[in-house]
Amino acid sequence: MIQFNNLSFGYSRKKLLYKNLSLSIESGSIYGLLGKNGAGKSTLLKNMVGTLFPVEGNVMINGMNPQSRKPSFLQTIYYIAEDVYVPSLTIKQYKNLFSPFYPQFNEENFYKYLQELEVSVDGKLNKLSFGQQKKFVIAFALACNTKVLLMDEPTNGLDIPSKAQFRKLIASVMNDDRIIFISTHQIRDLENMIDKVLIVDNGNLLLHSSITDIAERLCFKTVSEIPAGVKVLYSEKMLRGISVIIENLNGEDSALNLEHLFNGVTENPAMAKQLFSSN
Amino acid sequence: MEFREKQAIYLQIAEYVCEQILRKQWQLGSKIMSIRDLAVIMEVNPNTVQRAYDFLQQRDIITNKRGIGYFIEEDAIDRVISFKKEQFIENELPVFFRSIYLLKMPLDDLKARYQGFIDQNFKETNHEK
Repeated sequence: MIQFNNLSFGYSRKKLLYKNLSLSIESGSIYGLLGKNGAGKSTLLKNMVGTLFPVEGNVMINGMNPQSRKPSFLQTIYYIAEDVYVPSLTIKQYKNLFSPFYPQFNEENFYKYLQELEVSVDGKLNKLSFGQQKKFVIAFALACNTKVLLMDEPTNGLDIPSKAQFRKLIASVMNDDRIIFISTHQIRDLENMIDKVLIVDNGNLLLHSSITDIAERLCFKTVSEIPAGVKVLYSEKMLRGISVIIENLNGEDSALNLEHLFNGVTENPAMAKQLFSSN
Repeated sequence: MEFREKQAIYLQIAEYVCEQILRKQWQLGSKIMSIRDLAVIMEVNPNTVQRAYDFLQQRDIITNKRGIGYFIEEDAIDRVISFKKEQFIENELPVFFRSIYLLKMPLDDLKARYQGFIDQNFKETNHEK
């Protein structure tokens, strides 16, 4: 479990990005952290992995404080940055050098993931294309079997078949003890993978909800006229009519459109808060 | 006029399972794919497949044998058909009706087309019977 306790963070003390953020993140879910450019998505991840420190409050990950950077903590978490860095090593050298830091590392799975992502195995890693480097790091991270896996825009740089392969890998490694936490604005790449949604904007947590809860509260559909007398969180003209998100008054079961949800929640945070406040 | 863009994902998965049963790809009484395997194939969150399986269990279409896996109920077929019918009437039929109304196609014209479609696509199945 990850617990944010009244966390405040800013790159300068005078201008705080996050103020008193409290949030708990449960094991057994794939979290999608959505936010515009500069909303503070990566900042949040870096506070979780201990490369940035909160100004006030703290983050606790399975009872440990990332700020102490203890090996016993670091071996339970893996962070894939948006821009990956690989040194001038072969795959085998890299594995021999870094895998000992992760006691749960599984070599057989590592090579299996590389094969599934079609990463070629010979030559130095830094000579590979960006996409190949990224896939290499993803394969390594998954093979580390850490309790917490943080990924910043993991599908950036991946080609179309690799994105599908990435989704399959994530589905195959997910289990009840793990937290997979993905920050992205490529919502469509991961729409059906995410089961908990976090939306941040200007350092505010605008939404924290499960897919099931969202579908219970909201109805996503296409109408020829915007219905009167119901709360409309979002509407957009489409070819076949008007695509809307309205409050779910009749208990309908519709598929979520996370892109529309994101637009609705960021454009209309007050209404979103209202729609999600009652139990 | 209004329609849902898409079914909720867990219902799409439940429909997929029912489709396999109706097309006899998955046999009555047999073990079905594990939650994880189906999640990998569908590229969805395993929790979503879990929800679909829970749903099918509630409707007595599949059953969970602890520690072994999920099995299709021996007598599931009527319940599969009634679920698929419900989904069809709710989701596909309104779209179809809307089109034939807008295109001014009389229902009688459709009969011959329907027969032609059956003959072309389900010939073998008819012979078997």
